[in-house]
Amino acid sequence: MNKYRLLEEKANAIRKNIITMLNKSGSGHPGGSLSAVEILTALYFSEMKVDSKNPNWDKRDRFVLSKGHAAPVLYATLAEKGFFPKEELLKLRQVNSMLQGHPDMKGTPGVDMSTGSLGQGFSASCGMALANKLDRNEIRTYVLLGDGEVQEGIVWETAMAASHYKLDNLVAILDFNGLQIDGSNDSVMSVQPLADKFKAFGWNVIEIDGHDYGEIIKAFNAAKTIKERPTMTLAYTIKGKGISFMEDKSGWHGKAPNEEETKVALAELEVV
Amino acid sequence: MRDMIATRDAYGKALIELGKMNNGIVVLDADLSKSTKTAEFSTAFPKRFFNMGIAEQNMMGVAAGFATAGKIPFVSTFAMFATGRAFEIIRNSIAYPKLNVKICATHAGITVGEDGASHQALEDITCMRAIPNMTVVVPSDAVETTKIIHAVAKLKGPVYVRLGRLAVPVINDNEKYKFELGKGVELIEGNDVTIIATGMMVSEALKASDKLKEQGINAGVVNIHTIKPIDKELIIKKAKETGAMVTVEEHNIIGGLGSAVAEVLIENHPVIMRRIGINDTFGESGKPKDLLEKYKLTANEIVKSTKELIANK
Repeated sequence: MNKYRLLEEKANAIRKNIITMLNKSGSGHPGGSLSAVEILTALYFSEMKVDSKNPNWDKRDRFVLSKGHAAPVLYATLAEKGFFPKEELLKLRQVNSMLQGHPDMKGTPGVDMSTGSLGQGFSASCGMALANKLDRNEIRTYVLLGDGEVQEGIVWETAMAASHYKLDNLVAILDFNGLQIDGSNDSVMSVQPLADKFKAFGWNVIEIDGHDYGEIIKAFNAAKTIKERPTMTLAYTIKGKGISFMEDKSGWHGKAPNEEETKVALAELEVV
Repeated sequence: MRDMIATRDAYGKALIELGKMNNGIVVLDADLSKSTKTAEFSTAFPKRFFNMGIAEQNMMGVAAGFATAGKIPFVSTFAMFATGRAFEIIRNSIAYPKLNVKICATHAGITVGEDGASHQALEDITCMRAIPNMTVVVPSDAVETTKIIHAVAKLKGPVYVRLGRLAVPVINDNEKYKFELGKGVELIEGNDVTIIATGMMVSEALKASDKLKEQGINAGVVNIHTIKPIDKELIIKKAKETGAMVTVEEHNIIGGLGSAVAEVLIENHPVIMRRIGINDTFGESGKPKDLLEKYKLTANEIVKSTKELIANK
């Protein structure tokens, strides 16, 4: 019996919803949403203390999607968790929808921070963790960054501050799929060696397969044993993971699947 | 002779009072705490003071995070770096989610003085005013600063408070002055023209009104401390009563108080008008007093412009 069976089922449902909602909206970001499915599934269905019936519960763990363009994976996960009805997913990016192109904490139950402009969610997560340190509570803050996102200068301001303030209640996960809009990280603006960079900034760095639940959960547990240092989890992933024709293609960063592509993608997910 | 106190000094003291009253107040600074006067708070409440280093963008983002956790962050640095360098974080991470962050920026305007143009924010009101959800306040003196800091702490939502480096005359009476956010203050009644001023230029407007009176011109003076939301009612009332309007600000005439007043007038009750401020140019190094004279931000210049304006009445 596969001990991650439940998580896999959730992830598959989330992937289907990502494809369906993007097809319906006609625009959005599949690649970086699909690469983060296992990470969000592990967070919301295994790791974080949240209450979908009480989204603003003040003792909840926090999640910030700093790579805000991956909003579809967050929305699909929140809907799967019961924060709002799944029918809402089909209104993604439409006028009057609660589901904006990038996360809006005022409009969507379960969204802990408005994000979209890269680097800023990471910074806000640092403030959340700092506030929780000040209050000496048990709340943990999780934040998901993209790999291209670390090209933003603010990321390193935050990296410095989180380390300076010894934020061991902050866990960052970097969705390291290696691709950004204009191509590979290496061709656009080299980001490596990221592990060394974050180590040099004073972070506890863990490197994992971002599609392996065992490794993801182990990393979250390991982070809890580290004192006085924030944790950066470099999660190696595949952009577009789970849909054969989207995998490892930067062209699927910000393009919605058409009817035919949607049919093929959903059929692939049926087989899983 | 009036007392001379910088609004930043009054801010530092008000923060201490607030800190005593409310445990939720936290203060963030970017390595300028001695200049912004948050250093006093850091001594009084070290656990609630966070030096974020020379990294204004992250400071704003961290403040947003604090606010999501129910804290009331007061964030200080120079106006240039708060509203310039960190503009987009203020817009997207603070104002868009309407988070309860108080941006109290010092060293605004040309009276920064010797540091020169790179440090003289002359467009900060314009930038902050253009952001939805943002309240924009400019105290005229130390008394008003204290009242503003207490008022904005009670307001839910983002606020920009524009503070100065230079010691300026105390023009308000602490006992008598009833401050209300969003309400302009009629300091002098006059029926020939209304001078609307903000910040440290209010005291120059008062002096100008005295001088004009000697020349037989009754110039009213209104202090608009809240640039946004602006007191439309009072501005329209004074336009109707006096038929001529002069605005005075230590700020670019593009987008600041003058623009805000003009917007109200043009849609409600157009009257002849003159905007006094920095005429869309950068500043330079110099003693604040010399700069105010060179850039025509003095009572004498207000008198001159006012007379020219009402000659056309």
